[in-house]
Amino acid sequence: MRLHEYQAKRILSQFGVPVPRGQVATSVSEVRQIAERLGTRVVLKAQVLTGGRGRGGGIRLANDVSEAERIASQMFGMEVNGYIASKLLVDEAVEIEQEVYLAITVNGLGYGYHSPGQPAIVASARGGFEISDLAQGAPEEAYVREIDPLLGLREYQARELAYNVGLGREQSQQFASAAMGLWNAFWAEDATLVEANPLVVCPNGELVSLNARMTIDDDALFRHPELSDLRDESQEAATERLARRHGIHYVRLGGKVGCLSNGAGLAMATMDLLRLHGVRAGSFIDIGIGAQTAKVIVGLRLARNGSASAVLVNIFGGLTRCDEVARGILAAYEELDLSIPLVVRLEGTNKEAGMALLAQNPGRHGQARLYTAEPLADAVQQVAAVMQANGGQ
Amino acid sequence: MSILVDQQTRLLVQGIAAPEGLTYVEHMIAAGSPIVAGVTFGQGGTWCGSMPVFDTVREAVQATDANAAVICVRGSEAAEAIFEAADARLTLIVCVPAEVPVRDMVLVKAHLKGTPVRLIGPGSSGVCSPGKCNVGIIPGYIVRSGSVGIVSRSGSLAYEVTWLLTQAGLGQSTVLSIGGGMIVGSGFAEILAMFEDDPATEEVVLIGEIGGQEEEMAARFVADRMTKPVVALITGQTAPPGRQMGHAAAVIEELAGTAQHKTEMLQKAGVRVARYADELPTLLEERM
Repeated sequence: MRLHEYQAKRILSQFGVPVPRGQVATSVSEVRQIAERLGTRVVLKAQVLTGGRGRGGGIRLANDVSEAERIASQMFGMEVNGYIASKLLVDEAVEIEQEVYLAITVNGLGYGYHSPGQPAIVASARGGFEISDLAQGAPEEAYVREIDPLLGLREYQARELAYNVGLGREQSQQFASAAMGLWNAFWAEDATLVEANPLVVCPNGELVSLNARMTIDDDALFRHPELSDLRDESQEAATERLARRHGIHYVRLGGKVGCLSNGAGLAMATMDLLRLHGVRAGSFIDIGIGAQTAKVIVGLRLARNGSASAVLVNIFGGLTRCDEVARGILAAYEELDLSIPLVVRLEGTNKEAGMALLAQNPGRHGQARLYTAEPLADAVQQVAAVMQANGGQ
Repeated sequence: MSILVDQQTRLLVQGIAAPEGLTYVEHMIAAGSPIVAGVTFGQGGTWCGSMPVFDTVREAVQATDANAAVICVRGSEAAEAIFEAADARLTLIVCVPAEVPVRDMVLVKAHLKGTPVRLIGPGSSGVCSPGKCNVGIIPGYIVRSGSVGIVSRSGSLAYEVTWLLTQAGLGQSTVLSIGGGMIVGSGFAEILAMFEDDPATEEVVLIGEIGGQEEEMAARFVADRMTKPVVALITGQTAPPGRQMGHAAAVIEELAGTAQHKTEMLQKAGVRVARYADELPTLLEERM
């Protein structure tokens, strides 16, 4: 779960990472009050859960209170990369002498042949450094130190990094203290990524983190009910919310065939195979292992969502039972208005029972067209044929 | 021979009396897993079918000589179960639940480093050496004894490929999935090394996906050390960048982690990469 910048800054400052003075606002009048209180030039920052805000017009400078009000009225409700800004962070504007990158993540690099699994702290003297730059090996401008989780980050590691990125002696101590704060927040809050980027040196010599990013491990949220409350559901599409609440992995895609599978690998392989047959998937839906009827129904609701003109269900059940999936499909016909063609491929545990259930119910549902096919290659060809009959994509 | 599991495997199920555990156990018994004992704290002295249930792993090992554990507790409790199994000197631990916190896995990796314990998963659907032993939830009917080693990130895609090979008459030495998480106990390269040393394995199928670096490390290992032929499939060729595709690690970050990059790395190492699963049997036959 990715946090908003203002949420990340609040948490990081509790762990001793210096951040600019500022506050989040939900209305123009709140922006005015905050700007008046700060009494400086301010930066208005759209709180949207996406990168590239600056390029998208989501970060703007205001010289005085009335300008802040004017800009804020343009920014509330604006769309950045498809995300709506309903909150603005109002921060004091800071002069920048020098800027560096600092982050802590897991698996920055894989060494040798051993599967990675250690946290690492990453620093760079290059502004605009991206953590993903590490994915293809360490570029020259990145300095990476692995952190022994049993020891935690040590101050000497942070001081070394400070020298690596060219900070002076005075700033190095501040940098080390910010790095320790970053590590403590990372570990205590079950983060998978914390970023102070850019971490800047101001003209008075003070170090401050102008931007902050924090991603919390979804699988650890059970330990952090207070963090679960920070989830901003307005940043999720209704379909994404529905999927998350039912433990379904869902990604909306550009095509017209809803694509439902058990398991992420199988779902991706299904999408890839569709594309080879000239058909683009409209959704990626992974119902996970051992799904029951109710989850299958929600999966199908997501699959037929939007502009889908056919649905492909591809199941290879281990713990997932094909008869349970078949029951879900039949129940979905009762509960949903499933008027588009459905191609079903069932393999694995209780396949025969599942196929028998589907065979007992042919054409019972008006316009509904239910096709069963196997193996997967034939199911995909069936989908391609259905799409062609529909007049292509 | 085979890797990881065989006729000598004596399996213990952690979480046997938990609601999740029971479903797994029914499936494993149906698939012929050699379960000798179960552990659920507070249920010691009871029976689960014909299997004795113990309060602690240590007790179960003393009573039954179990030498491997399959973990069926919830992801939130999995690390605790792994530590307990490792402490009782079990050398193979297969972790089926996927939703194990990253911080827990960081500690698990640090604790197991330098020990003889081999952890498969989290998020592994199991390890199966056909005709010998099936640990986890891989359907029993899809495997066939033979000489192809199959290692996959995804569980259900491993089933798909195994089934295709079996139907093409290509049996397997061992089939396993390593899980799709950000941190897994054993990576592709570590499993490839085991297949390389296994006399019963003559060729290997590697099923990777977008994101992470497992495929890149596998490519390095193949280039440096592997003498047996390897064929591969990389899924997520049509996945959009920046979106997590189900598995925690399956995210294309900018230009890295793409199926294309991984495919090129593997091809440079001499691996033939299939465009889709159905091509794998043909590629294997050409290699034989």
